Amino acid sequence: MNRSLLPALPALVLLVAVFLLPVLRLLGVSLEGGTLDWYAKALGEGLYLRVFWNTFEIALLVTLFCLLLGYPLGFLMATTTSGWATLGFIFVVLPLWTSVLVRTYAWMVLLGRNGVINRMLVDAGVITDPIPLLHNFAGVLIGMVHVLLPYMVLPIYGAVRKVDPAIPAAAAGLGASAPGIFWRVWLPLTLNGIFAGCVLVFVLSLGFFITPALLGGGRVIMIAVLIEQQVREALNWPFAAALSAVLLAFTLVVYTIMQRVSRPERAQ
Amino acid sequence: MRPTWSRRLLVAVCALIDFFLMLPLLVVFPISLSSAPYMQFPPPGLSWQWYERYLDDPQWIDSTGRSVYIGGATAFLALALGVPLAFSLVRGRFIGRVLVDRLALAPIIVPTIILSVAVYGLFAKLKLIGTWYGLVVVHTVLAMPFVVLVIAAGLRDFDHSLEQAAEGLGAGRWQTLRRVTLPLLRPSLVSAGLLAFISSFDELVVALFLAGANMTLPKKMFDNIMMEIDPTIAAVSVMQILLVSVVLVLIGRFGRGLRDSVR
Amino acid sequence: MRAASAELRVEGIGKRFGDVVALDRVSLEVAQGELLTILGPSGSGKTTLLKVVAGFEAPDGGSVRLGGAEITSLPAARRDIGMVFQNYALFPHLTVKGNVAFPLEMRNVAKAEIDKRVTEALAMVELEGYEARLPRQLSGGQQQRVALARAIVFNPRLLLLDEPFGALDRKLRETMQLEVRRLQRRLGVTTIFITHDQEEALILSDRIAVMHRGAVQQIATTTEIYERPANDFVADFVGESNIFHGTLSAPGTVTLLRGGTLAVRSDKPVGAGVGVLMRPERFGPSGANRFAGEVIESVYLGTGFKLRLACEGGIELLVRQPARGPLPTAGARITVGIDPESVHVF
Repeated sequence: MNRSLLPALPALVLLVAVFLLPVLRLLGVSLEGGTLDWYAKALGEGLYLRVFWNTFEIALLVTLFCLLLGYPLGFLMATTTSGWATLGFIFVVLPLWTSVLVRTYAWMVLLGRNGVINRMLVDAGVITDPIPLLHNFAGVLIGMVHVLLPYMVLPIYGAVRKVDPAIPAAAAGLGASAPGIFWRVWLPLTLNGIFAGCVLVFVLSLGFFITPALLGGGRVIMIAVLIEQQVREALNWPFAAALSAVLLAFTLVVYTIMQRVSRPERAQ
Repeated sequence: MRPTWSRRLLVAVCALIDFFLMLPLLVVFPISLSSAPYMQFPPPGLSWQWYERYLDDPQWIDSTGRSVYIGGATAFLALALGVPLAFSLVRGRFIGRVLVDRLALAPIIVPTIILSVAVYGLFAKLKLIGTWYGLVVVHTVLAMPFVVLVIAAGLRDFDHSLEQAAEGLGAGRWQTLRRVTLPLLRPSLVSAGLLAFISSFDELVVALFLAGANMTLPKKMFDNIMMEIDPTIAAVSVMQILLVSVVLVLIGRFGRGLRDSVR
Repeated sequence: MRAASAELRVEGIGKRFGDVVALDRVSLEVAQGELLTILGPSGSGKTTLLKVVAGFEAPDGGSVRLGGAEITSLPAARRDIGMVFQNYALFPHLTVKGNVAFPLEMRNVAKAEIDKRVTEALAMVELEGYEARLPRQLSGGQQQRVALARAIVFNPRLLLLDEPFGALDRKLRETMQLEVRRLQRRLGVTTIFITHDQEEALILSDRIAVMHRGAVQQIATTTEIYERPANDFVADFVGESNIFHGTLSAPGTVTLLRGGTLAVRSDKPVGAGVGVLMRPERFGPSGANRFAGEVIESVYLGTGFKLRLACEGGIELLVRQPARGPLPTAGARITVGIDPESVHVF
């Protein structure tokens, strides 16, 4: 065996023993009894299909909103002066590192029936009755966009930083308008960052647990929440395993597509 | 250069987005100082009662202490295993390097819920549920990819001629590693270690399955949020945010700039 | 400068990277105390050769001997070679003193002795008082000096300088060149200097080895390289030149392929195909060989004029003249001459 692999061995042993083998074993559980019944149940019954559909819909919307909010932010951070960029970084990295639990709790405080936002709107006379923001689709969406936004901002920031500032300047010198420069120069040159951010946010959304569990209040069920219920409450291992297998398959498919598409850029 | 109208619009939009990002972090501060016995905004008066309740409750203190040493052990183990792994991946030439690379980063891609359920089954058989070292092992699996990413980035930017210089001046491999390579990687090591610590300190999903009766801080918080929202949780949140701020300052001061690692 | 006194002897070194031949059986010798410059364009193999000598690259074949001992497969750490890197490669986390002391610490030299020798080395490069500084607190020239002090402090058998002046501005570069030369003479350390700058090579070296496409084209003293280059490449790469080809049609006469004849001094056999080189500064108002032509380009250089002449028979000449009188303008017709002694035949 090659000597340069030697230092990696202890880590690889850990990864195989506590990651790879248990996950493969779980996939084996889903086929217990040699039938595909649990997969039929997961993908055939309306109730569970609905959960998959919910998960997809939320993941797509979260990705879209993260892109809409993340691009301007990443762009500004990458093109402003160093001092402002540092401040921008604090605004992105501080939430990123703050516990998801803390942030989710804070959104409960903000979005609840008697929460900060409803109180302010009622006090200001904008509305008479509190509007439902929590334990519904909107609440889960807001919470998840907040948690995942940094994962969109950082790759986009990186991509914008890589663009030679002389290129958009040249475009401007050649008579392009501000929107023209954006559509014809910035967007194509930062497509890789956009793509990386989108896939990252989408993949993370698919398996998200804490935020939907707390902000969904049992009414918006995503697949990770369903798996947890099946293991901890229903004790239905084979079904949980089948759901996990489907979730894993989706995740890996999306991830593999990313690897394929972003390879040309890597080769540079 | 005078800002154009499009630039001003961009700055205004970004100010709003930054507000959205910071709002949840800011809102817990007034709540944690509320004198009301339940969640109320704006607070009717100020008091330290929720901080006192946290400090007086052995369950909170125990779970905090447990999370700290589990985080510390995780950071240690993740560095001990992840740094050599990163060296192999960046410097090594062996068959199956791409495969090892994928495996090393897979715990980030595979949803934590799947890992949790999978390991739950294994640990139940091995009677490891509720042990602190069991959690450390799984948290290490989750933290190691971050260590590998940070260290590998540091190694790729490493000026190889410095190691050649050391060798040329008479340093053996081990001396070069100890006297030149590791000291120069120290910023990356600091960042990686703190990142590993925080990733364990904040981890909920695995703890939910594996911690058993031995609460970690995130699990205690989760249970509290599920049962009753009293402002104690806001006080804990404030302390967490302050802790993260301190860690970020430490990284800024002694670590590899986070901005550098985004490329 | 042959055989017995050779301190470094490189023999038949070959190195390929895939299909690319980086070094093609290169051999050369450096005498004790000599400064040999390896001169060549980028991609000529000079850096690969340096790495093979330093021990950072293993050759596919051939041998390297230093002071009589075979070191071809010895690790770099045990070769006792001091090297100054292109970008200096100073350890950024160590002070100036830490950097210079490093090779001594690696050799387990006693602490007091280290202090003494570091002080001496820093004095030699005129950096006394800078011990506690970090490399980033120094200017480019000072960093260069620290790198030099670090490379000589342990009295290496051989000193390697890899394009050390590339990052310095012109004035500082000239100062450093002379300083390195003085230091090298004073220490008497055998030195290999790598550069792509032919002017620098002429200033610094005892001898020059010109490399091209992985092979040594010529090894000779500086005057010989300039006055009597061995082939087209050397003639063209070192200095400005007018190169033509032809045959030695009679003793002392070359008939050019383009037509016309030149009076030369050469002991090559009649009928041999030869190249002729005429340096631009060797032309004067008179001479046995005369060229009448029209100025097609003229440049004022301060110290002189540089003219491009279109002569009869389609011959183009580059000529330098002292700056006397007005600068000839394009279209002017002038006549220049060159003596047979100034025409180099190869």
